[in-house]
Amino acid sequence: MDLLAFARGPALTIALLVFCAGVLWRIVGFALLRIRAERSRARASFAKSAIEGLLATLTRSWPHREFIARTGAGEALGYSYHLGLFAVVLLYVPHIEFLGSLLGFTWPGLPSTVITALSVLTATIFLGVLFRRVTNPVMRMLSNFDDYFSWVVTMSVLVTGLATSAHFGARYETLLAIHILSVDALLIWFPFGKLMHAFYIFPSRAINGAVLARKGAAS
Amino acid sequence: MSAAAAPAHAAATLRPGAPAPTTPDARVAGAMKGFAREIGALSAFRLESCIHCGICAEGCHYYIATEDPQYTPIWKVEVFKQAYKREASPLAPLVRLLGFKRAVRADQLEQWQHLLYDSCNLCGRCSLICPMGIDVTALIEQARSAMFEAGLAPPALYHRAAHQRETGQPEATAEPLREQLQAIGERFEVPLPIDQDAADVMLCVSRTDIEHYPAAVAALARLMQHLGVSCTFRSAALVAENYGYYAGAKDWQGEISRRLIEQAIACGARTLIIPECGHAYTALRWEAADLYGGPLPFEVLAASEFLAAELAAGRLKLRRAAGPTVTFQDPCQLARRGGVEAAPRLLMQAMGIDLREMKNHGAFGFCCGGGGGVINIASARPLHYRTMETKMHEIEAAGGEVLLTSCSDCRYTFDDAQAHFPGAKAPASLLELVAQHLDDQRAPAGKPA
Repeated sequence: MDLLAFARGPALTIALLVFCAGVLWRIVGFALLRIRAERSRARASFAKSAIEGLLATLTRSWPHREFIARTGAGEALGYSYHLGLFAVVLLYVPHIEFLGSLLGFTWPGLPSTVITALSVLTATIFLGVLFRRVTNPVMRMLSNFDDYFSWVVTMSVLVTGLATSAHFGARYETLLAIHILSVDALLIWFPFGKLMHAFYIFPSRAINGAVLARKGAAS
Repeated sequence: MSAAAAPAHAAATLRPGAPAPTTPDARVAGAMKGFAREIGALSAFRLESCIHCGICAEGCHYYIATEDPQYTPIWKVEVFKQAYKREASPLAPLVRLLGFKRAVRADQLEQWQHLLYDSCNLCGRCSLICPMGIDVTALIEQARSAMFEAGLAPPALYHRAAHQRETGQPEATAEPLREQLQAIGERFEVPLPIDQDAADVMLCVSRTDIEHYPAAVAALARLMQHLGVSCTFRSAALVAENYGYYAGAKDWQGEISRRLIEQAIACGARTLIIPECGHAYTALRWEAADLYGGPLPFEVLAASEFLAAELAAGRLKLRRAAGPTVTFQDPCQLARRGGVEAAPRLLMQAMGIDLREMKNHGAFGFCCGGGGGVINIASARPLHYRTMETKMHEIEAAGGEVLLTSCSDCRYTFDDAQAHFPGAKAPASLLELVAQHLDDQRAPAGKPA
């Protein structure tokens, strides 16, 4: 078995198994903890609170007017690399073909030159994010191994993807194998670190939004 | 970055009759016990969801004033996040095995006392700014509970909580509160019904008002009289504030709330009105039922909320009168955490007040700086005054001739700051202003709900 076969064969299978089992465990873990009943008299009905909670999943994506001056730049940086990652992962034709082989359907993609430009831009922003993390006193203080390792794992996928599409530095098959191995590594690390926020962000916003709406408070 | 050193006061913070957490191991065990008791699925989810973006710092007036990273709100629960990940998270065994998180140490807990009590007003602004939607304030409340179990509640809060639990009032007074209330009634020539056997509405009083602002107590009574409300104070449960809440003493908070709940039930009250006190509102409106163990058989309303409802129902008639321009300080626990933002504005509108809002107001306003028990902690004063600068600038910029609020702790905090900020406006009470604007020519229509 060559490296490429290994990367997209047993390595990918194991990575997906770890990913699915880990994510499930991280989510089931909460179910094992007790959920406190709210006994105070609600100001808003359950339905209204639930709707407000669902709306909060969207409205929290944009900072409140009162906070934009202090947080706008940082949040723009954060959202822009997320959008870049989504575009590169979901709109690059070879990715669509690979995902289509798993899902059974495909969708239109972007030209590879656009994807390459987006990848370079995203990687650059991602470097900026790291720079900010190490230079901003608050972020530096809060950061731990998880933050940096998650950055490395994600960046390695971006860089190896760029190298593969550019046929840079080695045979295409070797580059592709390394790229897929980097994805395998990301999938394996995913449930153990902060990448889990991909699964937490919307429930977290929704729950907090609903809890605050129940009180009639702003969210 | 380490937290500022906190004063050691082990002996002073022990609970009467409770095992003394004086040794480092006992402190950690107490904190972990308190933390474990408070952690639930919701809190765990909050702790797991943090992405270390640091944005919550930008909402906190302690960080804004000092730019000291240790005042980042989520950092204030860092030791408990550490404990959660190591002891209670789904990955805890792996975290311990790989040594990703160390066990919490007693000296860490002692350092964190400054962050959890001296430099947090529980104001909730950080909870509005978090892009993940984490209610950081709820986590800090739970961390305070763990600190209390570790014997690390500040003495100023601990002793008041202990005294209130024992006697119903946070401090001994030369004259019983009942007599002080009666004296207020006589002085302001307004009936203060006390210990009526039955009443539709039970009233309680802010200790700060009795001590510093008796006119606010008289104003509430006058408004009740004007509205023809069947109401009573109950001498067995007069004080609205809950120092158990401030200290993080959940059991005591429950006992203190229970005293009021039982008296309201005893007199058959359908409504319990909280005077102008933000934290009392949170403790009774949102937290009391959980600690009581079931829904309360009466509704809990802030005074401004009650009056706005009476206004809307046409029973409260107010005179519109030309007066000075006003800037209004929203109490955090009412406007931000409690959803009582519109009520005071409706009242001000009815009085024809020209309101000059601060840049950050309503749910987004900055705390006065005294909330969360901070105003009671002497060692927190230098930082507290520094933090207040943001608020004082906003008040000045808003330009209202009068600073109005509906929280006696906000009011006391601004009064206390007068000496520190020369030229600062003396705060006034919304309740007192409403009482001054009663339209006595027009009889109230019907009985209140």
